[in-house]
Amino acid sequence: MSDVGASGGSPLLAVRSLTKLFGSFAACNGIDLDIQPGETHALLGENGAGKSTLVKMLFGVLAPTSGEILWKGEPVRIASPGAARRLGIGMVFQHFSLFEALTVAENIALSLPPGISLSRVADEAATLSRAYGLPLDPKAHVADLSVGERQRIEIVRALLQNPELIILDEPTSVLTPQEADRLFETLAKLKAEGRSVLYISHRLEEVQRICDRATVLRHGKVTGACDPRRETPASLARMMVGSDVAAVSAAGTTVKGDVLLEANHLNAAARTPFAVSLKDICLKVRAGEVLAIAGVAGNGQGELFDALSGEFPVSDARAVSIRGKAAGNLGITARRLMGAGFVPEERHGHAAVPALPLSDNLVLARNQSDRKTFLAGGILGIIRNAVVRIASRRISETMDVRKSGEDPAAGSLSGGNLQKYIVGRELDRQPAVLIVNQPTWGVDAGAASRIRQALVDLAKAGSAVLVISQDLDEIFEVATEIAVISDGRLSNAYPAQDMTREKIGLLMGGMHGSETSPEAAHAH
Amino acid sequence: MRIELEKRANPSTLFSILSPFLALVLTVIAGGIMFALIGKDPVSALYSFFVEPLLDVWSLHEIAIKAAPLILIGAGLSICYRSNNWNVGAEGQFIAGAIAGSIVPVVFHDWHSPLVLPLMLIFGMIGGALYAAVPAFLKAHMNTNEILTSLMLVYIAQLFLDWLVRGPWRSPDAYNFPVTRDFAPEAILPELVSSGRANLGFLLAIVAAVALWIMMRYTLKGFEITVLGQSERAGRFAGFSSKRMIWFSLLLSGALAGLAGISEVSGVIGKLQPIISPGYGFTAIIVAFLGRLSPLGVIAAGLFLALTYVGGEAVQLTLSVSDKVTRVFQGLLLFFVLSCDTLIQYKIRLVFSRLTRSSEGGAQ
Repeated sequence: MSDVGASGGSPLLAVRSLTKLFGSFAACNGIDLDIQPGETHALLGENGAGKSTLVKMLFGVLAPTSGEILWKGEPVRIASPGAARRLGIGMVFQHFSLFEALTVAENIALSLPPGISLSRVADEAATLSRAYGLPLDPKAHVADLSVGERQRIEIVRALLQNPELIILDEPTSVLTPQEADRLFETLAKLKAEGRSVLYISHRLEEVQRICDRATVLRHGKVTGACDPRRETPASLARMMVGSDVAAVSAAGTTVKGDVLLEANHLNAAARTPFAVSLKDICLKVRAGEVLAIAGVAGNGQGELFDALSGEFPVSDARAVSIRGKAAGNLGITARRLMGAGFVPEERHGHAAVPALPLSDNLVLARNQSDRKTFLAGGILGIIRNAVVRIASRRISETMDVRKSGEDPAAGSLSGGNLQKYIVGRELDRQPAVLIVNQPTWGVDAGAASRIRQALVDLAKAGSAVLVISQDLDEIFEVATEIAVISDGRLSNAYPAQDMTREKIGLLMGGMHGSETSPEAAHAH
Repeated sequence: MRIELEKRANPSTLFSILSPFLALVLTVIAGGIMFALIGKDPVSALYSFFVEPLLDVWSLHEIAIKAAPLILIGAGLSICYRSNNWNVGAEGQFIAGAIAGSIVPVVFHDWHSPLVLPLMLIFGMIGGALYAAVPAFLKAHMNTNEILTSLMLVYIAQLFLDWLVRGPWRSPDAYNFPVTRDFAPEAILPELVSSGRANLGFLLAIVAAVALWIMMRYTLKGFEITVLGQSERAGRFAGFSSKRMIWFSLLLSGALAGLAGISEVSGVIGKLQPIISPGYGFTAIIVAFLGRLSPLGVIAAGLFLALTYVGGEAVQLTLSVSDKVTRVFQGLLLFFVLSCDTLIQYKIRLVFSRLTRSSEGGAQ
């Protein structure tokens, strides 16, 4: 590698009109990108802008349809991740590829050439992790580690190859604010050594904080290259989205009504070995309130949603109450009939069946709650397609769902438009209680602001809204009360105006309630 | 040059209609090649296999007789498969229905009443459903694979029937042949029209298929089947229970297979004997897929597969080839149907090696 001397000023990696077609769809369309030695370069863009496709081509996971990749000025073809590593490119994926049952050292050894003894791997990993401020115990089992620690394994694994360019795909999406800070220190060390970093994110604040230059993608094309420190978050957002994004207007009402949703010492055992058990969860949501539950992914959010929605009821009826009535042991249909609506995290295959048209997906969520309207023929249960289609059109219009055709398959809509439909499907009922898990996950900024506004408006109209989210910006936009979930335990809820990112970060790390954090409890 | 399968953005409507016909054409071509390889004139062989049976009334009746069980079983299986439950033991449920339905005319042969036939049909359905309840219970509560359990139960049913007609149910006046006593006239399914042997079973099959089509097309139950078949999680979100669906789909397909079994015994054979089915329960799997898992499609597919039975018998007589040729055609047909279905979701692209350096690398 070193024999190809970097001629002064020439970029370490250059990409020339790189294009990737999936069928007729251009995920990346004529991308140009230069990464200088020793710079931290941000790749900005919304979900679906083509960021992941681009880096997968750089790392040899996907083959480009056309275009050139130049490494130190030489055209190269990167046929596999192995070839990318040999060139000097390391990558940390958003989704980790680790074996939970193996130790840290064993996982690292798997990515190295065979024949290196495990103790040597462990030594080197320990040395590296100390040098870069990434504390890791090589003998620990991955299953016992936090998400932040798992990410460190991936980073150490990449560093062992001594790469000149490290690609990080959305590294902070699973980290607490404190863990993210530690990651930024590591990145600063890498930069000081002259290594280049390609940092993929849609979080403007961190990009401004750590990156020297930014390339912005939209719809598979480069829409801007800039110094993020000279831009404002608003100007960066405009480059990402292509237009100004409406701000969500302030949340909630001052008058609080009755408790409409309550969890009372809710416990649920883990259903699978890798699921989280719910431990003694207590929460109350009043009419007019938006309670937001923050937390790093995989801390019991999905399990909490399952227990509150009744998809997996618990045995104790009084563990969950909806509008004052015990509902813990009732299924999702019964809870809907009590006035609750639900929006799960996963759109495809949970909230909606992708192959079925939108109108069928309306029947999916409301076949019993709107039985009188949507069904005829008594016990035969004949679906009144005309009525369902009218309701479906009404929802699409209210939520501004953009779609091709009158009643397309749910899977053909973009993530944002489908999510607007799924949320609109519940809002259309005016539910007294709405429980939403990750309302804007993978949704473009325009749709996200629309959805958040709709949640706030529903609370203002007198419903109780529970939002489970990993996105702190979203939480501060919509919440009147904030609680934090960590390892299946829920903290006390605090008024949103008293909460800060730092406080949430501490709670995410598992500092619960009055016994560990007295000052936080006093703040209530 | 390489052949690439590329996923279509949307399933192709053209190919979802065309695929069964394409499969038919390919089956006929492959069949022609097979006849040529064994030294028979492919054109006349295919003619006597596929065309001659359609030309006289006798063989049209035979087609209706053989189509009836195929349509009954195939319609039930199409619902079952739509719900993502894979009952492959319809042959066993067919036999169980035949045995249960025969209790009345064999054990209570002295009882003569117009109620005999309806009771037989009901018993047949119950017998088939109960036999399908075994894999349903095992799947719903023990998490076993219904493909294995339902298939293994087929052999148990076959051997049980064999034992029954050789042992306790053997007719006292059949000179030790392994058959039961002949059914009394009121236990025989009446003929449909006076011109031939086709019986009421064919009508039952058409009515059942149309009823199931209406259920799938218009009712919430049909919607539930579709949703649970595509995504169990979405079904749970909708308030549907996948466990109840396992019971529903297996009992329904079992009951229809049982009805087919007792109809065959009552309308065609007139008694129980060791072998009562030329593999209808297995052929119905092909019928269900050839009919695109739609009960109406199953009617057409059932008639066509019945033609392969009758055509197989015809070439056996005229060209003296083995009747295994029927099985070969049925196998070819299933193979081609399943492969042509790929074209609904994918399109085929020929990729010729390209010249530019980077894209050549990309083609690795």
